[in-house]
This record gives sequence, C-alpha cells and structure tokens, in this order.
Amino acid sequence: MIADTLYLIAAVCFIFALSGLSRAESAQRGNLCGIFGMTTACVAAYLTTRSGDFWFVLIAVISGGGIGVFIAKAVSMTALPQMVAGFHSLVGLAAVLISFSACFAPELFRISTSSGIKVLSLLEMGLGSSIGAITFLGSIIAFLKLQGMYKGHSIPTSLNTFFAFAICCLLLCFMLTESEEAFLLLTLVSLLFGATLIMPIGGADMPVVVSMLNSYSGWATSGIGFTIANDLLIITGALVGSSGAILSYIMCKGMNRSLWSVIFTPEPAKSVNKSTFDEPRTFKSGAPEDAAFILKNANSVVVVPGYGMATSKAQHALKELGDILKKEGIGVKYAIHPVAGRMPGHMNVLLAEAGVPYDEVFELDEINRDFAFCDVAYVIGANDVVNPAAKNDPSCPIYGMPILDAEKAKIILFLKRSMGTGYAGVDNELFYISNTMMLLGDAKKTTENIIKAMQ
Amino acid sequence: MKCGFQSLIDSFFWNLGAGGQASVSGGMHTVTVFILACFIGYYLVWNVTPALHAPLISVTNAISSVIIVGAIFAAAQHFYGHARIFGFVAIVLTAINIFGGFTITHRMLNMFRRNK
Repeated sequence: MIADTLYLIAAVCFIFALSGLSRAESAQRGNLCGIFGMTTACVAAYLTTRSGDFWFVLIAVISGGGIGVFIAKAVSMTALPQMVAGFHSLVGLAAVLISFSACFAPELFRISTSSGIKVLSLLEMGLGSSIGAITFLGSIIAFLKLQGMYKGHSIPTSLNTFFAFAICCLLLCFMLTESEEAFLLLTLVSLLFGATLIMPIGGADMPVVVSMLNSYSGWATSGIGFTIANDLLIITGALVGSSGAILSYIMCKGMNRSLWSVIFTPEPAKSVNKSTFDEPRTFKSGAPEDAAFILKNANSVVVVPGYGMATSKAQHALKELGDILKKEGIGVKYAIHPVAGRMPGHMNVLLAEAGVPYDEVFELDEINRDFAFCDVAYVIGANDVVNPAAKNDPSCPIYGMPILDAEKAKIILFLKRSMGTGYAGVDNELFYISNTMMLLGDAKKTTENIIKAMQ
Repeated sequence: MKCGFQSLIDSFFWNLGAGGQASVSGGMHTVTVFILACFIGYYLVWNVTPALHAPLISVTNAISSVIIVGAIFAAAQHFYGHARIFGFVAIVLTAINIFGGFTITHRMLNMFRRNK
C-alpha cells in the first residue's frame, strides 16, 4: 500500500518533469521533480522487497551513479548525440537482464503459478527482452556511427523482414513451451535485428534514429512494467515511448520523409545530375576580410548553423561575432532547421552553451519570412537545409523537404569546409548564384578571422 | 512446463476479463493504465518547446531507467544467485543512466537559463 502510493507520487513527478520543459524557466524545476520521483521510486522498490540486501543495492547504485555523473560532466555538448545513444543502450541492456531474472526466477516477481509462468507474463517478458535487445545493440551501432567509428553497411530489407518474422515465431514458441532456449534465441535474434535495423541508416537521418531509440527504450520499460505488473514502469515507459515517437515524427516531417522510408530505404538514391559534376562550375570565393566588410555594412544578419558548426566547435566564435555585430547596431538572429545537427534540439543546446540568448534563436516557421528582408545570411556548416533544389527540382532526393530560404537574402556568406556535397549527395545551387560568397575552410577559424578583420 | 494453445487463449481471456481472483500480470487494468499514459505523454510532449528537445531526450532517457525498480527486486533478495547478479548489473547500468541523464539535463538547462 505504502509502496503503491510512493509509485503514484513518482509517476506524477515524472509527468511534472516533462511538463516543466514547456518553458525554459520551469524546465529546471521539472528536472528536480524527475530526480525526486526517481528517488521515491527506488525507495518504494526497496520497501517492497521487505528487508532486502540494502548494501548490495546501495553499492550498485553508487558505483553506477558515480560513472554516470562522471560521464555527464566530462562530455562536451558537441558529443551529446553519442552520449545519449550510449545511455539508451544501457536501458536496453538493463531491460534484457531484468527479463532474464524474471525468466529464471519467476517467483521473485510473483508471476509464477503452480503450472509455470502465466502465459501473458511470458508474452510480456518476451516482448520486454526483445525490445530491450533491439534498443541495446541498435544504440551501440548508433553510438559508433555518431562517434565516426563505423561507417555503416547496406542491409537487404528481406533480412530485416526475416528477423522480424523470426522474432514473432520465437515469441509464440516461448509462450507455448516456456522453454528457456526459445527465450535465449529470441533475445539473440532481437540483438541481431537491432543491429541490422540501424546499420544502413545514414548520417543525415541520425536525428530520427536517436529519437527512435529513445522511443524504444520507453517501450522496453513498459514491457518490463507489464512483466512485473508495476504501474509506474508502465506509465513511465508510455511517457518516454510516446515522447520518442513524437520526436521521430517531427524529425521525419523536417525531412519530408516517412518513418518507413528512413528505416527501410535508408540511403536516398544518389540520383544527382551528373552534368553538374562534369564541368567544375564557377563560384565566388571570398576572404574573411571581404566577409567582415559585408557584415559591417549590413543592417540585419540571419545565422544558419548546421552540423559543421558542431564539428568545428565554432559556436563560441559565432557568439563573439554576434556580439560585435550587435554592438554595431546590426540585428542578429539565428535560424534553426528541425533536423540540423545529429539529434533534435542539438543546435539550440550548442548555441545556449556559447551563451546566445534564446530569444534570438528561431525555429523554421518563425523565421523563414525574415530572409527576404535581411541583408546577410550567414550559413555556417549547414548545406542540405538551405538547398533550394528541395523546392525546385522534383528529381532530387531531398525534394519536398522544408528548407530555410537563405537564397532570398541579399548576400549569402557560406562557410564550408570544401565544395563537397552534403549528406544527401546533392549539389547545392546556392553555391553558384551571384550573391553567394563561399568562405572555404574550417568554420571556427574562418569566423575568428572575420572577427579579427572587423576589429 | 507445457502449455497448450487452448490454455494460452484461456489464460489470455482470463487475464483480460474479470476473472474472479486478481490476476498477477495485470490484465485489463495495466492495459488501461498504459493507454491512458500514452495519451498523457502525447499531449505533454507536443507542449515542449522545440528549443528544449535535446533536454527532453536526456530527461526521458533518465526516467526510462525507472526499470531500476525491477532490478532492485532482483538484486535485493537472497535466494536466487544468478537473478541476483543480473539484478546487480542492471542496477549499475540504470544508475549510470539515471545519474548521467539528470546531470546532463541539469547542465543543459543551466545553459538555457543563464542566457535569459
């Protein structure tokens, strides 16, 4: 009874944790609610065990907690997507381990009857373990990809279909026979499925993958909640699962792709117009001094950050540049595309890290009209999200994706490492129009040179 | 233990229906809770401002580790050696996640608050 009340309190706290995120002012309070809820849940769980081995549990919590805090303090904001993927894998693995304990010692969770484990519990246990295993290895692959340690392989869709089919069969087999072998095999196939599901998905689709794995970790939690008949786990899992699902949906919409096509036809066909590569096209390249001159004479500047800003850690230099411009009385705004970066909200965090006030940062819908009235679009490390081909060229793979209308600005300053194409493998018309100036090189160095030239 | 297909169906309906004794593995009650929670999640998350989507992911990551509850059940008992070890490892993993997830969220949100 006491434990149930505590679980209820914890569930309400988690709801407050999410609702706090509706505004930046209340978000920190929400996080504290989450911490309080989690503590309550742990206390309740310990009380239910009735004089369980306290020190054994405490040692585990402290050692894990120490590692967790250390990682979270040490990680740089650029590496945030990898860290999140890594953390998701831990939830997946924990779900698998708990299902294993439930399978081998069902009495612990009071799910066994005189004739073995209840069939519905077997289903839930199997699902919990399966989703956990998919989350675990899928997240590991996503982590390796985000870290740049693994490039990816293409996997035939038939293999994934086979795995999905095999998982269903093994699940049924496990429910009917309660055999531990079927359970182990089910987990093993789910592990493979998790890997083959994520392996072919390309770098630009990573925001979808990160949110999708977020969602899976929630469903795995719910699965365990069903297995051990714990409402708190079910509620929390459902909250997390729907959160990840909505984020995946938002990311897919930001790319005008369906979730289905991201998962099953991962690499957008590289149907690039070959003629654009045959003859090198002319573009105007400029020096930082030219850019400094242009910026000084502007009235308003819109900055479009992309993943390139994250890799070259240019956010601090960018903030400095913004401050100089504002001192000169030039308006500065930041335009964030939903899929810029490698996870939802990645760019916002990097800009916040550098100290950019968040009332200068705008989402796609809020700012897109402003490009027509601004003097300079400062595109730093973004490419596909400003490619006008998405609007004009039905044959290009990113056609239909909502883009930031940087081409409407009077002058476009394009900071880019090289003239290469973006992740979608599409040439960008924007490089070659007459009012674009390309500033090739490392985004951070270029920005710093512009700052030097302005002083 | 062998369960036939018939008993599978029986048990399923037993769990879903108002079968005399309270069924341990939930039945209709848990499904109700699950579906209602999905709706709460749906409305909560659409209210989150897009700028805070990264903290949203890290905080949901932290709270999804509430499966530590199951791990504590398994680890705190004295009778089943292997279940206990599984539980211990699961607690360590979820604790990394919980502490790490809340800490990184805190770090991120501080950045947003500082720049008000």
